[in-house]
Amino acid sequence: MLTHRELRKVGRERRSRAFRIEGLVQGVGFRPHVWRLATELGLEGRVLNDGQGVLVELAGADAAIDEFRASLLQNPPPLARVHSVSELAPRGGSYFAGFRIEGSAKGEVATGILPDAATCPECLAEIRNPNNRRHRYAFANCTHCGPRFTIVESIPYDRQNTTMRAFAMCPDCAAEYGDPADRRFHAQPNACPACGPTLWLEDAGGVRLSGDPIAEAARRLRGGAILAIKGIGGFHLACDALNEETVSALRGRKRREAKPFGVMMPDIAMAARYCRVGVADRQALESTAAPLVLMEKSGRECVAEAVAPGQTELAVLLPYSPLHCLLIDAYGGPLVMTSANETGAPQVIDNDEARSLLAGIAEGFLMHDRPIAQRADDSLVRVQRGCVRMLRRARGHAPAPIRLHEDFRELDPVLAMGPELKATACLLRDGLATLTQHLGDLEDARTFVEYERTVSLYCRLLDFVPTAISVDMHRGYHSTQAGERLAAERDLRLIRVQHHHAHIASVLAEGGAQPDAPPVLGIVMDGFGAGDDGSGWGCEFMLADFRGYRRLGSLRPAPLPGGAKAMREPWRNLLAQLEACFGWEAAQAHWSGLDCFQALRKKNSDLLAEAARKGVNAPLASSAGRLFDAVAAALGIHFEGITFEGQAAMELEGLARSALDKVTGYPFGRLDVAGLPCLDPAPMWECLMQDLIVGTAREIMATRFHSGLAEAASRFALELADGAGTDRIALSGGVFQNRTLADAIHANLTAAGVEVLENAKVPCNDGGVSLGQSAVASVRALAGEQP
Amino acid sequence: MNRQRSYRPRLDIRAGRIDMTHGSGGRATAQLFEEIFLPAFSNPHLARAEDQAILPSPGSRLAFTTDGHVVTPLFFPGGDIGSLSVHGTVNDLAVGGACPLHIAAGFVIEEGFPLADLKRIAESMGEAARECGVAIVAGDTKVVERDKADGVFITTTGIGEVPDGLDLGAHNIRAGDRVILSGPIGDHGIAILSKRENLAFEAPVRSDTAPLHGLVSAILAAAPTGIHAMRDATRGGLAAILNEYAHAARLGFALNEESIPIRPAVNAACELLGIDPLYVANEGKLVAITDPDVADAILAAMRQHPFGAEAAIIGEAVEDEHGFVRLETSFGGSRVVDWLSGDQLPRIC
Repeated sequence: MLTHRELRKVGRERRSRAFRIEGLVQGVGFRPHVWRLATELGLEGRVLNDGQGVLVELAGADAAIDEFRASLLQNPPPLARVHSVSELAPRGGSYFAGFRIEGSAKGEVATGILPDAATCPECLAEIRNPNNRRHRYAFANCTHCGPRFTIVESIPYDRQNTTMRAFAMCPDCAAEYGDPADRRFHAQPNACPACGPTLWLEDAGGVRLSGDPIAEAARRLRGGAILAIKGIGGFHLACDALNEETVSALRGRKRREAKPFGVMMPDIAMAARYCRVGVADRQALESTAAPLVLMEKSGRECVAEAVAPGQTELAVLLPYSPLHCLLIDAYGGPLVMTSANETGAPQVIDNDEARSLLAGIAEGFLMHDRPIAQRADDSLVRVQRGCVRMLRRARGHAPAPIRLHEDFRELDPVLAMGPELKATACLLRDGLATLTQHLGDLEDARTFVEYERTVSLYCRLLDFVPTAISVDMHRGYHSTQAGERLAAERDLRLIRVQHHHAHIASVLAEGGAQPDAPPVLGIVMDGFGAGDDGSGWGCEFMLADFRGYRRLGSLRPAPLPGGAKAMREPWRNLLAQLEACFGWEAAQAHWSGLDCFQALRKKNSDLLAEAARKGVNAPLASSAGRLFDAVAAALGIHFEGITFEGQAAMELEGLARSALDKVTGYPFGRLDVAGLPCLDPAPMWECLMQDLIVGTAREIMATRFHSGLAEAASRFALELADGAGTDRIALSGGVFQNRTLADAIHANLTAAGVEVLENAKVPCNDGGVSLGQSAVASVRALAGEQP
Repeated sequence: MNRQRSYRPRLDIRAGRIDMTHGSGGRATAQLFEEIFLPAFSNPHLARAEDQAILPSPGSRLAFTTDGHVVTPLFFPGGDIGSLSVHGTVNDLAVGGACPLHIAAGFVIEEGFPLADLKRIAESMGEAARECGVAIVAGDTKVVERDKADGVFITTTGIGEVPDGLDLGAHNIRAGDRVILSGPIGDHGIAILSKRENLAFEAPVRSDTAPLHGLVSAILAAAPTGIHAMRDATRGGLAAILNEYAHAARLGFALNEESIPIRPAVNAACELLGIDPLYVANEGKLVAITDPDVADAILAAMRQHPFGAEAAIIGEAVEDEHGFVRLETSFGGSRVVDWLSGDQLPRIC
């Protein structure tokens, strides 16, 4: 056998080659990985970070260099996302003495800052190992895991620019940090008990408690306490998820009546006791992003009903920081983990803020002295038809970019401001779309301030200079107004993108469609968005590509009596539907004996119907979301009001899922409204009222509604697609979070042989709108279209 | 008198209607003036019937304002376009600290408008002016063809005398200043809406149209120096005023929702129709921005006055680079009370 050295001598001529690696390749242990690989293969040369990613220069046998390249692509470090490895012309001479990791060249900006990552198996083993110097240390991390984005204050990403600045590394940590062979080589948040952040537990009065904070916190949680816990992207409120009384108390104190809480469980095995955990669910739970995963309740073991009242699903996540791992190890059961904030306000991240704002809620604070620089809620996903679909994109995903078709690289950078609710902004440049983390609803002043701060932070972190600003057509959105101000200040083009067009464009963009891709037929089912005709839209059938759209069909419009109030009070939509389809008086004449009519009469409905007829604060809208609310109200589900968006529709869906029988869907008609073909729910209402009269089970009615709407929308879409000459149909909009509806429409369309496109990387709800806005605007900006 | 009456039969107030001749500048115009406006406004300046009123010069500083009044319906619970047009101008003068003195009124009347209604409006104006201690000293009448106007439009212009040394305005507002509201909001807008759309609310709502100069005098007497700025909360409601102030003073405002007075009937109507009372027009409410030290004294003085009996401190000016008017809600929310966007679509449905 020949040694490596001998092999090299007898092998082909020694050559020099250079590679450029692009993607998320900095701060993930990429250079040590390259160093190990090159050294193993007997290659000489050097590796360094620069403005575009990682640059590797190698000298050695051609075959070894080929193997190096293949291995790098196949097995990159766990957190790296390699977008491309391209070979460059060799630079200068080929003489290297061994393999060196060189200091970074300037401008590490383009490769971006990584999302936070769940504790890796190695770090976990260390904190559980009594012989390791990080035994039970709540802040262990390495280049394969740990906080990233949430500790960043500015660029470039090194310790001085993070909240770890205050902690000087001890000699041991510094040695790891400096050793290319160590997985903590250049791990910016590297820390140990000797030099890093410390953890403590304090009581409601701010007094630090002695003893092991983890053990004491676990003891108190077992005793029914509600604790505030400082995590990675903000504070959580935690309590025993099995204790009905405690969870109800948390709801009372947080003034959060019914919106489901997430639950942290120690491991997959426990999750599988409470939920039906599929293969993809498991993968999502164990992914480095460690999101909340929405899964069907198992029905075998149950958490307290107050955790997710009226819901068939439960959102579960696994511990993702050493602190969480230690706490849940000590506690041993499921813990409610809900983000700690005032109503409508962003999550609390600061210790003093937590002490004052959570004073009436938390009975103790498990906190530490590593400041959180950036807020990030837990991400929320759900597996649907085998695919992980994003519902809230935040910690673990932001600020990782989404790659669009490579032709987008040619287009000018665009900043998209997003919608009003579930706001995100999107920075699109070089074919990479960077969405901010989920920022919440901009109606709240504190959230809006955080939104503006975050948008400017992202621009700084990415050194991003847009050439155009993209906003929604709704001029009242706070995001639109912020975009208008920015465009005016910087003298940039402002491009207004229709809300539902942006939804469809988000599907195309994340699916990798090229900028000039042919149009698809889009079905958008949504709550409400401004149409280009000044009315409200929300159930749209449009032929759309990135450049534009043609509205081919819709839902028969109904008034929104009381404007935004119609979103919170389902009964208003029942009244509006009856008024729109039959006239309120005629409807009463037919069905006045029904419970829902009696309930409506207690509501001053005559006056509101009259106001709706006269257009007094009752804009017309073709909203799918409000149709669900109306049906829910007719069935007595949250007739009076809801406490979180989609509550009535979610319970309506829950009923539909529990029905066992196959039933005939309610019929929908067709109606021309000002020349636009529309689905007409009037026949559906007649049948539903008949079902109410004969006392049909609500489960059956809910199922008939879902299947009827799915059937009608599918058939309508297929006809329109056929007429438009496309066999691809894209689905988007918040209503598609309804699995029953989405699955049924998907099945109908697939059976008809069309290709169905859906959101997965970004939410189908308004959280994905900014991606669509950015893609549309960049293509329109190229087309030179005037705003 | 006899000679004037002789050139034409008297106007048929009961059944007569405005025609184009009433705006021609001819005899019909003069008759309209003499039989409707002059008796209603009766004062020596107007009786001269010249092209201008010649007025004594008041003190060293004048307040001067004009306001067009367009309202449907013309007659509504609590008032009509006549009293509204006087109160509007009196209030615009008063909130500048001025003592209102004289008003001029311009009428644009639609052909076919009933004389009875015009007389009723003129009399209402005259009565309102007398109550306010101002004289309607000059005027003008134009008639436009049918459908070119909506009944009658009235523009009133007023002058008033400003006490020496008084300086009110957005430039005086400082962080920490208190926001005092003179009474319940939303009455006027809801009364108008109810009448216009014929929506019969369970409890009837009357317009709050009222002159505020007396209330302003009481405020200035209570704290001559601590009052920083004042405005009446008309079109656009409380939200418009505070956004204007925030913008001009480069500050924000924090309002406490629970402290903002609103009548149950108005609240019920707003709830049902989904209307935000902060944006609803008032015609007899002012907002005073005051030094915190004198806020209680001013509040007490306002509450002594019939038009300020339900006055309340509703918030304060705060440092805020965004210039937000924030409403701290009873549920712990902090809602941005924006400018009206002009977009009638809801943001979040």
